[in-house]
Amino acid sequence: MATIKQNTPNAHSKILGMGAYRPSVTVTNDDVCKWIESSDEWIVKRTGIHTRKRAPKEVSVLEMAEHAAREALENAGLTGEQLSTIIVSTVTFPYMTPSLAAKLADRIGATPAAAYDVSAACAGYCYGIAQADALVRSGAATNVLVIGAEKLSDVIDNGERSISFLLGDGAGAAVIGPSDEPGIGPSVWGSDGSKWDAIRMTHPLTDILTVEQGGERTFSKDLTDPETGEMRPDATLWPTLRQDGQTVFRWASWEGARVAQEALDAAGLAPEELAAFVPHQANMRIIDQMAKVLKLPESVIIARDIADAGNTSAASIPLATHRLLAEHPELSGKPSLQIGFGAGLVYGAQVVLLP
Amino acid sequence: MASKDEILAGLAEIVNEETGLETEAVQLDKSFTDDLDIDSISMMTIVVNAEEKFDVTIPDEEVKNLKTVEDAVNFIDNAQA
Repeated sequence: MATIKQNTPNAHSKILGMGAYRPSVTVTNDDVCKWIESSDEWIVKRTGIHTRKRAPKEVSVLEMAEHAAREALENAGLTGEQLSTIIVSTVTFPYMTPSLAAKLADRIGATPAAAYDVSAACAGYCYGIAQADALVRSGAATNVLVIGAEKLSDVIDNGERSISFLLGDGAGAAVIGPSDEPGIGPSVWGSDGSKWDAIRMTHPLTDILTVEQGGERTFSKDLTDPETGEMRPDATLWPTLRQDGQTVFRWASWEGARVAQEALDAAGLAPEELAAFVPHQANMRIIDQMAKVLKLPESVIIARDIADAGNTSAASIPLATHRLLAEHPELSGKPSLQIGFGAGLVYGAQVVLLP
Repeated sequence: MASKDEILAGLAEIVNEETGLETEAVQLDKSFTDDLDIDSISMMTIVVNAEEKFDVTIPDEEVKNLKTVEDAVNFIDNAQA
């Protein structure tokens, strides 16, 4: 019988280098208050956000991803041609196909690397790390570029108050390669589609097609006036994001903390052995609540990038980690617990050694 | 199983821990938002802590109906039964 030869596995994987791109436009809470009835004090108290960064019209999500990728490659000491795989987590690339990853691969000289996008919203970076780790250890990949890149400002409605005021743009990247020592712990990842509507788009893209063809739009509670049930006059054809804040807060804070604890246990570490905790930067209140539930000691540095970056979905964990490394270079080589959670609902967590 | 008085006292402790409000301020006729100035996120924290303390389930969609402290006490009392 013919025997199929297998890849030669690698013992372990680790993050070799990271990169980030933060766009140039700062949106303050006072700016937000021109769009919704609120105040700086109200927004800071409920979210911990003072400002968020957004990209100008001419800067695309692809360009942001490329900036982050080039820095990550430089910090890893590698060139694009040494990448075998590129995984981009994004929900804001404005083409359903082809992928951002394939275009990016070509731009950074990585062709013919395997390249694909992942749709796992705010958990996408941790999903990417889970895949990169498995691919490298199995021998199916050599060096993998994982990117979280989002231009959320393309899918928000500044006049609504459930989620848009939280969101920012940006990109973060990590290069993962083979290692003699364990650099990425077991990933704990999953989904709960029973809460598919908790973070959602107002309506499907096909509604645009329907209207162009003279048909009726899908009824969406997000676009109707709650008093009259009629379509709001300012309802855009372009779909935008909404969330049920209380449901998401509850799920993220307690279920998220449980998942983070599982990832910590799976890595065989005690809380006091962690150097950093980098949760998805969704809301400062969620970060605080998770840290409380996890009973993290004061020695663990907690990423709080959200205060001036806003919630950047898949980009938030690599952006926050990149910043921690710049502000605390002593964290290099130390374990960090990261957890992403978001629309799906989906979640992913693992302990990684910081590059 | 906790009596209504015990539920009120327990809730007052939870509210105190979350907001710093004196336990005496948490009276049956008080509105969580209008009188106690508790926002939607703090309300969720109070709900989860109440679930643990009284071993009951308070679904997300029920939380919006808990306008006063008495609403919450009655809900927990019924849920225990």
